[in-house]
This record gives sequence, C-alpha cells and structure tokens, in this order.
Amino acid sequence: MNCIELKDISKSFGATQALRGVSLRFEENKIYGLLGRNGAGKSTLLNIIANRLFADTGQVSVNDLPAVENDKAQQMIYLMSEQTLYPEKMKIREVFKWTKNFYPDFDAAYAQNLAAQFGLDTKKRVNSLSTGYSSIFKIIIALSVNTPYVLLDEPVLGLDANHRDMFYRLLIEKYGNRPSTFIISTHLIEEVSGVIEDIVIIKNGEIIRNESCESLLSKGYTVSGKASQVDAFIEGKEVIGVDSLGGLKTAHIMGVPDRREIPEDLEVTKLDLQKLFIQLTNS
Amino acid sequence: MKLDFESSKPIFLQIAEGVEDAILSGAFPEGEQIPSITELSASYKINPATALKGINLLVDEEIVYKKRGVGMFVNQGATEKLQQIRREQFFDSYIAGLVEEAKRLGLTAEDIKTMIERGFSK
Repeated sequence: MNCIELKDISKSFGATQALRGVSLRFEENKIYGLLGRNGAGKSTLLNIIANRLFADTGQVSVNDLPAVENDKAQQMIYLMSEQTLYPEKMKIREVFKWTKNFYPDFDAAYAQNLAAQFGLDTKKRVNSLSTGYSSIFKIIIALSVNTPYVLLDEPVLGLDANHRDMFYRLLIEKYGNRPSTFIISTHLIEEVSGVIEDIVIIKNGEIIRNESCESLLSKGYTVSGKASQVDAFIEGKEVIGVDSLGGLKTAHIMGVPDRREIPEDLEVTKLDLQKLFIQLTNS
Repeated sequence: MKLDFESSKPIFLQIAEGVEDAILSGAFPEGEQIPSITELSASYKINPATALKGINLLVDEEIVYKKRGVGMFVNQGATEKLQQIRREQFFDSYIAGLVEEAKRLGLTAEDIKTMIERGFSK
C-alpha cells in the first residue's frame, strides 16, 4: 500500500520517553498537519521516518518497504528540518546542483524560479543566510524535490507574514499541479487550518487525534452572547473553554448544536482549531 | 470573494457562493472559463479538496461544467438559474433577519418600507 506506516514506535532519550507506541499511517497525496506542543515528539517522529533517528522499538515502512537504512525507501522521502545539514560554505546554487544527484526528480529550474520569487540570492553561501532566508532556502528545496513524501518540520520558522503567505500559496499550487504527501509540523495552527486535510495531534509522545480536519471541527461549536444566557445554555454540556468580555461570554462546546434549543440571541459559530488544540493538549 | 474561517458556514459552501456571486455580477461571464481548483485553492490558501467540494456543488447544479483537460466553464443560462435560486432564498436570507432586527429596534413595517424606497431611489 502506498503510504508511510508506523507500527508501535517508541523512542527514549535517556529517561525521557519521546514517543510511546505510536502507530500511524500517512496516506498518499494528502496534506497533513502534525500538531503538538513543544517537546510533544513531532520532530522525533519525523526524524525517525527519515532515518535521522532510530526507534527503540517498532517498524516504519514506506510503500511497504522497510524504512530503516533502506535507500529505496528513503529516496521517496524528503525531510526539511530546523537544522541545516548542507555544507556551510556551499553556495545555494551548488546545493541545488547536488540535490539533483540525490533526488533525481529535483526540478532545478523550478527551484531557481522560486528563489527569484522569494528574493533569495543563489550566489550566497549557506552559512550567510538569516534565519528567515535559511527557512526559505530549505522550503525551496522541499517544494522542488518531487519526492512522494515531503516532511516539513516547522517550515515557516522566522518567515515574515508575506513570505508565509507565499509559502502556503506555492505549497498548494505545487500540490495541485503535482500531488504528493506533505506532512507539516507547526505551531501556527490558524494559518494551516484551511490548508491541511488531515490532522494528527501528538501529546506527550502519544497520538491523541488522527482524523480529517473537517470531522474534528464538526465535533464542536462556539456560542457567544449575553453571559447569563450563555451560562444557562452551557449548563450540562461538555464545555472545553470559556472566554469572557464584560457582560459577554463565548463558550466552546463539544457536541453537535441543536438549532431548536439555541436561544435566538446567541450566536453560533464554528469551533476554531487553535482553541480546540489548546484545550486538547493542555497538560 | 472573501472567506470567513470563523463562520459556521463551511468553507466549501463559501467557495461555491463566491463563484456564484462572481457569475451573477458578470465577473465570470457565461461560456467563459473560471479559475481552476488549484488557482482557487492557492489564492484562498485552502486545501484543494475543499475547493473541489465547493465547485462540485456548482457542477451538480449545472451552473458550471467541466471540459476534460481544459478546465471549468460557466454554463449558458447560469445567471438566470442563479437569479431564480437566489430569489427563492431572498426571504430567508435577507428579510427574516431584517424583520428580526427591526423588531429589536422598535422599527415598524412602515419605517422599513420608507427606508427601502430610499435605498431604491439612490
């Protein structure tokens, strides 16, 4: 089957257990959001898939091929991470050239074109880039590499709003023109909530949610209005959070709203992913 | 067209309505091509599956049609058809809310009528 499959993956660093029996499947041609708080295990998970770390127990396979120390499997995966693993003194354009040797489908002309769009000077050396441009440089490679699975660990780190916007647009264009699986780990949940199709939420090394964005968000709703009315309405319901502002109140509720039961003065809106995430991952 | 990610109206419906609005205003004329799924999803930064779901609604209603390998086009008669649908929805979409707010503000039917006449005479 064409997917990345993790079976019962555990990993410890000394006394810290980073992943606990994670079983998960990333399917072909989907955009995933891998969400979790700092230290939840997102990067460990991605690094294990890409062979930069090895699991203590469990198996990873890519399109049914074992992923560990297997070039055939790893050729299908590109991991963009926070670390820059390219030789520091190398010029960007040389990195593009070398990438082609490791990933035959790398589109150097497209990478050059993206560099021009982002204003990245390809004559510069890897170690001379600012944090933002270092991310941009790696984003460009990730979008040009054309592997069936592209793993993006905090891709927008240090990017300004304009560049983040460009990145999401280019990602969707790329996905539309040549679909592949993108797994995006990020803290900026609001920004990706429209882009991702499926959501994986990881907490303390365990997967606590793994479903489509649409289905997760349809499991709850938000009501706002006069505090007294909101209070009366939420009585006995599964409330995951409340915000107050003077006499107004907004409550986030799990469950399906019953339109007939909701007083006319209360406004019902969609649950927002960020709120839900915070509630689900609060210790 | 502007998407409201906080609205309780699903994004795919907003996409469909946005395209409908553009057809009604003449921005997407009958017989002409509309933006592709990739163009729509990239410009609104939404997943292409969401955009496709919205556009498929319009395909089902025969507002737009797909030409294999070319793209999507506005059907002949789409404007007329949309006007018909929107007229049927007009009461629920606009009048019901208007009357509700008018009652809250203590405005009479007569007051509203005057205002509507003022709106038309502009």
